[in-house]
Amino acid sequence: MAARRRLPFWADYLLLPFLNLSLAFLVSGLVVLLLGENPIAAVKLLLYGAFGFGEAVGYTLFYATNFIFTGLAVALAFHAGLFNIGGEGQAALGGLGVALAALWFGHLHPLLAIPLAVVGAALLGGIWGFIPGWLQARRGSHTVITTIMLNFVAASIMTYLLVNVIIKPGQSAPETVTFAENVWLPQLHGLLQPLGIAIGRSPLNLAFPIALLCALLVWIYVWKLRLGYELRVVGRSEPAALYAGISPATHIVLVMTIAGALAGMMALNEVLGAQHRLVLGFTGGYGFVGIAVALMGRNHPLGVVLAALLFGALYQGGAELAFDMPRINRDMIVVIQGLVILFAGALEHMFRPTLEALFVRTRPVPV
Amino acid sequence: MGAEAAAAGVDETPAVELRGICKSFGPVQANREVDLAVAAGTIHGIVGENGAGKSTLMNILYGFYQPDAGRILVDGRPRRIRSPLDAIRAGIGMVHQHFMLVEPFTVLENLLLGAEGGFTLEAGIARARREIEAIERDYGLEVDLDAVVRDLPVGVQQRVEILKALFRGAHILVLDEPTGVLTPQEADHLFRILENLREQGRTVVLITHKLREIMAVTDHVSVMRGGRMVAHRRTSETSTEELAELMVGRKVLLRVEKGPARPGEPVLEVAGLEVRDDFDVPRVRDVSFTVRAGEILGIAGVAGNGQSELLEALAGIRRPSRGRILLRGRPVEDAARARARRLGHVPEDRLRMGLVRSFTAWENAILGYQRLAGYLRGGFLRRRRMIAGCVDWMERYDVRPRDPFLHAADFSGGNQQKLVLARELEHDPDLLLVGQPTRGVDIGAIEFIHRRLVAMRDAGKAILLVSVELEEVMSLADRILVMFDGRIMGEMAAEEAEERRLGLLMAGVTAEAG
Repeated sequence: MAARRRLPFWADYLLLPFLNLSLAFLVSGLVVLLLGENPIAAVKLLLYGAFGFGEAVGYTLFYATNFIFTGLAVALAFHAGLFNIGGEGQAALGGLGVALAALWFGHLHPLLAIPLAVVGAALLGGIWGFIPGWLQARRGSHTVITTIMLNFVAASIMTYLLVNVIIKPGQSAPETVTFAENVWLPQLHGLLQPLGIAIGRSPLNLAFPIALLCALLVWIYVWKLRLGYELRVVGRSEPAALYAGISPATHIVLVMTIAGALAGMMALNEVLGAQHRLVLGFTGGYGFVGIAVALMGRNHPLGVVLAALLFGALYQGGAELAFDMPRINRDMIVVIQGLVILFAGALEHMFRPTLEALFVRTRPVPV
Repeated sequence: MGAEAAAAGVDETPAVELRGICKSFGPVQANREVDLAVAAGTIHGIVGENGAGKSTLMNILYGFYQPDAGRILVDGRPRRIRSPLDAIRAGIGMVHQHFMLVEPFTVLENLLLGAEGGFTLEAGIARARREIEAIERDYGLEVDLDAVVRDLPVGVQQRVEILKALFRGAHILVLDEPTGVLTPQEADHLFRILENLREQGRTVVLITHKLREIMAVTDHVSVMRGGRMVAHRRTSETSTEELAELMVGRKVLLRVEKGPARPGEPVLEVAGLEVRDDFDVPRVRDVSFTVRAGEILGIAGVAGNGQSELLEALAGIRRPSRGRILLRGRPVEDAARARARRLGHVPEDRLRMGLVRSFTAWENAILGYQRLAGYLRGGFLRRRRMIAGCVDWMERYDVRPRDPFLHAADFSGGNQQKLVLARELEHDPDLLLVGQPTRGVDIGAIEFIHRRLVAMRDAGKAILLVSVELEEVMSLADRILVMFDGRIMGEMAAEEAEERRLGLLMAGVTAEAG
């Protein structure tokens, strides 16, 4: 059998996702057409709604921040050969960590309170990743099963705590009191205003640069450190890891803990940066969409950031579109997201054989 | 032989004829204008290095691949063979290197697969049993039809495969590397069966890389190199030397040239070792031996008799359940620490263990040595240094293509092995464990690998060699142990070793019993 030829980097990471995405939008366009709306106008509205004005960009980046964190949580675990479907639960626990830190230390100076809240998010999210990691490493329980189940456990814990324990006294909505302002993550429009840069009011906050920093750190971890090298060996071949004196168990526990911490830090954006209080269900499915983001980003931090931007734009632009085109409602936006996930995630290799055949024909191959 | 064929009532039309077969996979031309005529009632050998195109050719004959060009004639008539089913209809049967049997089924149930013949099994079974028993008698293929396949030795399982092909009416039988898993005695038995088949007028095509077998059993031999058919010979008119030269395209040394060993201090001492597999079954039982500096200790045996578990235990990958392993007088704790104490390990299965297929060559060139201080700067990999090292080794071990960024899976078997060997030898081990160093490796590379191992020995290193290739053990090792069912059956100096005695030990027959 002939060895499988690989595509050049740009074709693999840019052309292929572009083709998949085009197809997703093409099919979405047909659905819009079926609904009796003009697809071209819909695309225009969507793009305008996502990027057309300062506030829109702010919201797009705000949503993207959530997706970067949850996407990284999936992508990182993937390099150890693990499928982390627990982003939703890990993010919820991260929110609890943020809230506890904010409620206990919110009165301290921001330079102390905010880092403590960040630690709180990473710590509790990390614990929620450590558990399935440990179960996988020691007991052989599959992370797909345990992470899904821990999502439910997390949801139940949050419901119990927010209804019975940390609920704001004297009301019925399951949410905490608003945190002290010291611990609020500064929003970027406020930070940039003194510098003479006006970007429009949006909840976009410091969590966005933190997310970018995390993406950079994940890249360094996976591709530059010895730890990452060992991690990738574990992910691709456990027998090879054992042969090379690498303990798969250690790496599985470590990487799941870090993945959980990343997902947990999503709460920084939503809870500490935007809502300033812990609201039940603040995770809003971002943890699950993180799987699609990681798939689409091909588990590379840069890819995750780009895919997160796309999903952020779909969220924000889609909301605007639903507002302007009455026949297209929120559910339609979910359909478009579904199609993107279907073509870019589940069917990501559909064009690959054709493309590879094309490249093999046009490129001399060393034998 | 022609006279025999004529006596058996076979005319001169070839049983199988391939004309101008071409097949490419992308840019790789696996078969170029291949012609082959196999005379009816003969045993025809096809030899060639890995990647010479033998398997592609046979897979075309059996309908797995469609040729890009060329024709197939069976008994003089052109046939279109689009699937294995077409091949079976044309009377072609194939025995694969890896058996295609349902292990928990009985022999009879396996034979019946695909030929059940009706809604209920009963009638078909009774008829099949009568037919098969007749075939067994005709060809001397004794197999208990009611035995469960899983419980049968590999040699017998192979007979089941042959029986299956015959039961389906094959009069042309293709065997792909049939002796890889057999003891010499089992192989001899197989050859007697093949000779029986020939006497009954059936045609056998034998694909192998073992020239000895070609000389022993075939009437004609065809040699493939680089996708082309380079020579056809009558076996009686050729020699192993000529065939080897035709296969490689240049003169090769089949014998390993080495002087006498000068054993020094013991490097590895094993005493009372017991190792269990993943199912807690003891696979190595009460094994003791010593390997000294400056010698090669060979362990011979049929695959699956505990050699793999032994190697893994010695390398610190698998924890022994009993006994001790001393490396330079101190126990081996785990793989990481064993490596730090200068243990090198060329694993038996390089694609499963020795390499990460989707890693580049340079990433694979540090596998197992990623903790060495020279490769790191505060936890960061020193990528440039690793790549430079890899390029240097590729140069010196002639790894082709010389591209440190190519993925391991894209190298040929021989080049993968050279890469593993370069990594393990160049980190200068005191003790080198080598499993199946030349499995799936071309003759040219085998020569190179053997020379490197002897050079290591002469540099005063201790080498433990595990191989199922008896010839390899006999020509490389200074002392030979034979393993059977997890035990050491006997030990002998290489000069005293003779194939027959080793073969008996490999089959578990000791001198007293025999």
